[in-house]
Amino acid sequence: MSILVIAEHDGKELRSGTLNTITAAGQIGSDISVLIAGNDCSSLSNTCATIDGVSQVLVVNDPMYQHDLPENLAPLIKSLANDYSHVLAPASTYGKNLLPRVAALLDVQQISDISAILSKDTFVRPIYAGNALATVQSNDAIKLITVRTTAFEAATIQGGSASVVEVPSIDCETLSTFLGEELTSTERPELTSASIIISGGRGMQSGENFSMLEQVADQLGAAVGASRAAVDAGYVPNDYQVGQTGKVVAPDLYIAVGISGAIQHLAGMKDSKVIVAINKDEEAPIFQIADYGWVTDLFSAMPALAAALDTDP
Amino acid sequence: MKVLVPIKRVIDANIKIRVKSDSSAVELNNVKMAMNPFCEIAVEEAIRLREAGLVEEIILVTIGAPQCQETIRTGLAMGADRGVLVEADNDTEPLGVAKLIHAITLRENPRLVLLGKQAIDGDNNQTGQMLAGLLGWSIGSFISKLEVDGDNVNVVREVDGGLEKVALSLPAVATVDLRLNEPRYASLPNIMKAKKKPIDVLTPEELGVDVSRRTRVVNVEEPPGRDAGVQVSSAEELVDKLRNEAKVI
Repeated sequence: MSILVIAEHDGKELRSGTLNTITAAGQIGSDISVLIAGNDCSSLSNTCATIDGVSQVLVVNDPMYQHDLPENLAPLIKSLANDYSHVLAPASTYGKNLLPRVAALLDVQQISDISAILSKDTFVRPIYAGNALATVQSNDAIKLITVRTTAFEAATIQGGSASVVEVPSIDCETLSTFLGEELTSTERPELTSASIIISGGRGMQSGENFSMLEQVADQLGAAVGASRAAVDAGYVPNDYQVGQTGKVVAPDLYIAVGISGAIQHLAGMKDSKVIVAINKDEEAPIFQIADYGWVTDLFSAMPALAAALDTDP
Repeated sequence: MKVLVPIKRVIDANIKIRVKSDSSAVELNNVKMAMNPFCEIAVEEAIRLREAGLVEEIILVTIGAPQCQETIRTGLAMGADRGVLVEADNDTEPLGVAKLIHAITLRENPRLVLLGKQAIDGDNNQTGQMLAGLLGWSIGSFISKLEVDGDNVNVVREVDGGLEKVALSLPAVATVDLRLNEPRYASLPNIMKAKKKPIDVLTPEELGVDVSRRTRVVNVEEPPGRDAGVQVSSAEELVDKLRNEAKVI
């Protein structure tokens, strides 16, 4: 078994899901290579060489890889894939955008969003918004897999001593051009790796009211999330969305405030260790999966919660 | 230009699914079916492009059992012009589906293929990206905005960190996310009109496409359940439980 992990990064740091994907790779086999494709990533590749369990870092520096365009990256990964039994990427928007194109070029049926590894060719993956789990066996010579990163621990960036090898870029026709991005900047933890998340739904009634959640989030060191309804209503940006089609999270503590609990939202958070639901509608489906339910008006509950957190344990 | 919109028939998004007692699959018999919600958004976007005078013809294509014609009729009633059904197993894998749509694309010669970013049954999120790879076309995935700009389409993509803007040279494939638009309901006169719109029926063999499976579903089961917990009645009680019982803060 030799496994290639496609690293997701911004040129300076790995995005968190990459380390979880490396842990998943380690459950398949021990010969793990990591591909860092980007522009000016030499320092990042040296950091990656110290990740526990990684034996080789492949690095390619070329401006055409800077913006993660799949039209440019897929031919590169295709050119490397034949040396591997498995190619893994995180099931983030990066991996979802990229890996199916590679799969098409290699004539492979990709296995998406795996949550467990049963053997080198058999994997478990959620379907129907996590309301069923399918066990799937692949017959393809190369397995292409995206990994549900919340289902695997993060590998540690120490203890490894991988070799770093430069690989050439692969020429390709320019089909698309990166024009720009609007990334949400926050001092709070990233949703997909936070250990505590507080999310708001339609019940928040406005974007301004999210400041009540932010206050509690800062007291707890938590990330702030949202349901689709809150994002659709324009209260918060799209990258806050937790659910079947947004981010999948599994923190130690998930506090759902003014969220009714549509199955599409539950799909994104029901693997959280402890779930708290605060909602004035006692019939809200979220209460059926909450460890602690509090039927109350959130507008009085949130200041009370902030005050209670201020008291010494 | 011509737009091709591949669509899928799935269990209605509001239905709670059941796993078959033999753990082979999710029960589809006697269950309400509907067009995949992301596909409706793709159909709506194509219609809006036509209303803006940028598109002349909208062709729907679906892969599956004969009943999938109903789903095509739904899209025709929204405003698409004609449909193509490729009769194949309902569980044809994304690679097979992408190959069939690839073959249809070569026959129909659209400049733009618009499709949903994922189907809410398999949750694979692969077909559009695979199709673009097979065609060698540009891809804009998970888009929440689309503008035709001469020989390009400029798209806004919803990514984990926020939004990303990309220019795709035409011909292109784009997969749509939830916030691109709100699909219309078909009016009664349009539902009647849709009954007369043509639907071609083809087979994978006629298209020369091999859709044999690459994966085997070993079993399907329900995930471990979660029980409702306890009710609290004050912030102090909640904080106490989280600190001393759950020990998560």
